Amino acid sequence: MSENKINLKSAWDLAPSLESTSLINLKKQYELFIGGKWVKPSSNKYFDTNNPATEEKLASIANANAKDVDLAVKAARKAYDTTWSKLSGKERGKYIYRIARIMQERAKELAVVETLDGGKPIRESRDIDIPLAANHFFYYAGWADKLEYAFPNRNPKSLGVAGQITPWNFPLLMAAWKIAPALACGNTVVLKPAETTSLTTLLLAEICEQAGLPDGVVNIVTGAGDTGAEIVNHDGIDKIAFTGSTGVGKIIQKAIAGTDKKATLELGGKAANIVFEDAPLDQAVEGIINGIFFNQGHVCCAGSRLLVQESVYEVVLRKLKDRMESLILGNPLDKNTDIGAINSKEQLDTINHYIKLGKEEGAEIYQPEGKLEKKGYWCKPTLFTGVAQSNRIVQEEIFGPVLAIQTFRTIEEAITKANNTPYGLSAGVWTDKGSKIFNMTSQLRAGIVWANTFNKFDATSPFGGYKESGFGREGGLHGLEAYLSFEN
Amino acid sequence: MESKKLSIINHPLSITKVDQVGISDRVSRITKRSVKNEAKIYGLKMALSMIDLTTLEGADTVNKVKQLCYKGMHLHDSYGDLPTVAAICVYPNFVGLAKEQLKGSGINVASVATAFPSGNSSLEVKITDTKMAIDAGADEVDMVISRGKFHQGEYNYVFDEIAKIKEVCGKHARLKTILETGELGSLDNVRKASDIAMYAGSDFIKTSTGKISPAATLPVTLVMLEAIKDYYYETGIQIGMKPAGGISNAKLALQYLMLVKETLGDKWLTNEWFRFGASSLANDVLMQLEKQRTGNYQSKDYFSKD
Repeated sequence: MSENKINLKSAWDLAPSLESTSLINLKKQYELFIGGKWVKPSSNKYFDTNNPATEEKLASIANANAKDVDLAVKAARKAYDTTWSKLSGKERGKYIYRIARIMQERAKELAVVETLDGGKPIRESRDIDIPLAANHFFYYAGWADKLEYAFPNRNPKSLGVAGQITPWNFPLLMAAWKIAPALACGNTVVLKPAETTSLTTLLLAEICEQAGLPDGVVNIVTGAGDTGAEIVNHDGIDKIAFTGSTGVGKIIQKAIAGTDKKATLELGGKAANIVFEDAPLDQAVEGIINGIFFNQGHVCCAGSRLLVQESVYEVVLRKLKDRMESLILGNPLDKNTDIGAINSKEQLDTINHYIKLGKEEGAEIYQPEGKLEKKGYWCKPTLFTGVAQSNRIVQEEIFGPVLAIQTFRTIEEAITKANNTPYGLSAGVWTDKGSKIFNMTSQLRAGIVWANTFNKFDATSPFGGYKESGFGREGGLHGLEAYLSFEN
Repeated sequence: MESKKLSIINHPLSITKVDQVGISDRVSRITKRSVKNEAKIYGLKMALSMIDLTTLEGADTVNKVKQLCYKGMHLHDSYGDLPTVAAICVYPNFVGLAKEQLKGSGINVASVATAFPSGNSSLEVKITDTKMAIDAGADEVDMVISRGKFHQGEYNYVFDEIAKIKEVCGKHARLKTILETGELGSLDNVRKASDIAMYAGSDFIKTSTGKISPAATLPVTLVMLEAIKDYYYETGIQIGMKPAGGISNAKLALQYLMLVKETLGDKWLTNEWFRFGASSLANDVLMQLEKQRTGNYQSKDYFSKD
């Protein structure tokens, strides 16, 4: 192979193209949304939510304690007993449709706030997070009056009050994944967003108000882990739905052992993205990029392990490095930004810890050239080569834009390596051969297997993991099941 | 030639597959790039300088060709400081005339040849056609491949024909090879035809004759740019790219240039290595430039139609 380097740095620089923030109207301080009212926290304590790209404060957020959570659960119970469980599916569906439509109307505002609060590129919040969140409401609104048809002869019944805890990587989308099916099935909700990214969930509470949703059907309590613990441990909760780290998932499972609370846990992952020599290589490279650098790698199903067949390793690596040169890292509000800010200082520290660890383990690191802003939390897209299954950067979830690359020779080796992890959330297969895809999907122990694509989501498609990636499915028909009981 | 043929077969990327969905995804991501203000002006001027201003009609006349040549040299004199187009593209019988009109302007004369647009003729006729263009002074020859032979799997025939025409062009003219991608049926075939054309000695690969629909598209162009990139890595030889047909507005032209910028980079962002085959693109680009300068769109009647 000759040494002709393609240079994608161009004299033709794109001028800044910032999304306008004039549409948004953030309050200085956000209260708790309980029983259809905005309620001050009983402790009167607030915490700051910041823009990770600038480290500037965006708003104060109420910190809910045990008393507030109790109030919220009681409000949810009351709403369940008096109104929501008594409504016909058709009527519930109307409310959910209304929420979906208002989300669409306020899409631009939601996208800007999501980007300000979380650091993700506006391209992603505008094109993926917000439309997909609205889609989930639309989709489940349709099921609300068809539960009998979804589960014929099984007499589906709502559960009661669902306690839901969402992560910071897709704040509004995860709230939609959880609230939409819960409401469609006739449950009421107490939801706690992650403490670094509460804003869009609070805007969703405003949207519920706007939609005229009966008081107490959706309650939002903000706070950190201890607020979440109060929800998990509350006697009035019938079901826990959690998306977050495997560590916290284990704590939750211990806490609810011996109770009759139902649970779905959507936890970590360390997905293998497997590229065969007969794959469409340029598109595979695009899939690798989307797999690991989408949302700065803050994706539980991220393709954080790349397995490339030996014969095309050099070519794939070259293409991957070239493609990385054209990624634009910077201001998340710029419409041309591909990689935004890391969500928090804490997460940046974790990622940097793993990058240091990778170097110490003797792996070879590659990062594109370029300077990072001093203010804000940033991490360059990073590749590690020369790693083995025994490297910690191959084993552990980093939750950042860091890809560990290995090679394989045979299909068996690829499957063994892909499955050799405590996780089992997702995987990707790249090959032009259909039979190979089916062979792989039947042998990979992962809840989602993408073929010739990666990180594609749809409201109609179930999502969830195997092993330490959790249990239960969200999305699709399967997502309803998690919010229903089946009595004869 | 023999060794070159072998190199296609042995070429590790000769099995290169293209995934249509993946290509569309990548294209849609690139087309969402926002090109504003100074970046837009830079891009628009670059687009103008890359135009192969084209007239390939049965009704072409001496005066029509003369007008086109003048337009190529004087795109919009009232704007000032504009580049000229890269080339004027005509049928072989107008090459001499165009050459004379463009003398001293730095604008090349490109001639279609090889039984354009169908390519349905004998090799002898194609060679004669090409020689006619070269003898009249063509700087560039736009040939068409034999799509029928390609579909029959006679890749060697297609390869040899290109190599032969390249031989005729010699040092006199650069060879642009038209794949007529609208007739190839799949992106896999676009890739295969691109590889054949490059290994056979083309200096440029070009999407379309402009005579059938679809002509140039963004996905097809991306596939060809990726082929060019692989070939460059493999051989060190830089090949040019020319999408042609259907590119009639400035926004689309900028999207094509963005494909080039993100696939091949600066080295290809000059009219030596990238061209638009177009007859009406220039005026829309000029309209956008005036809009950037004055803040207002002007009527189409303020731009000359030649």
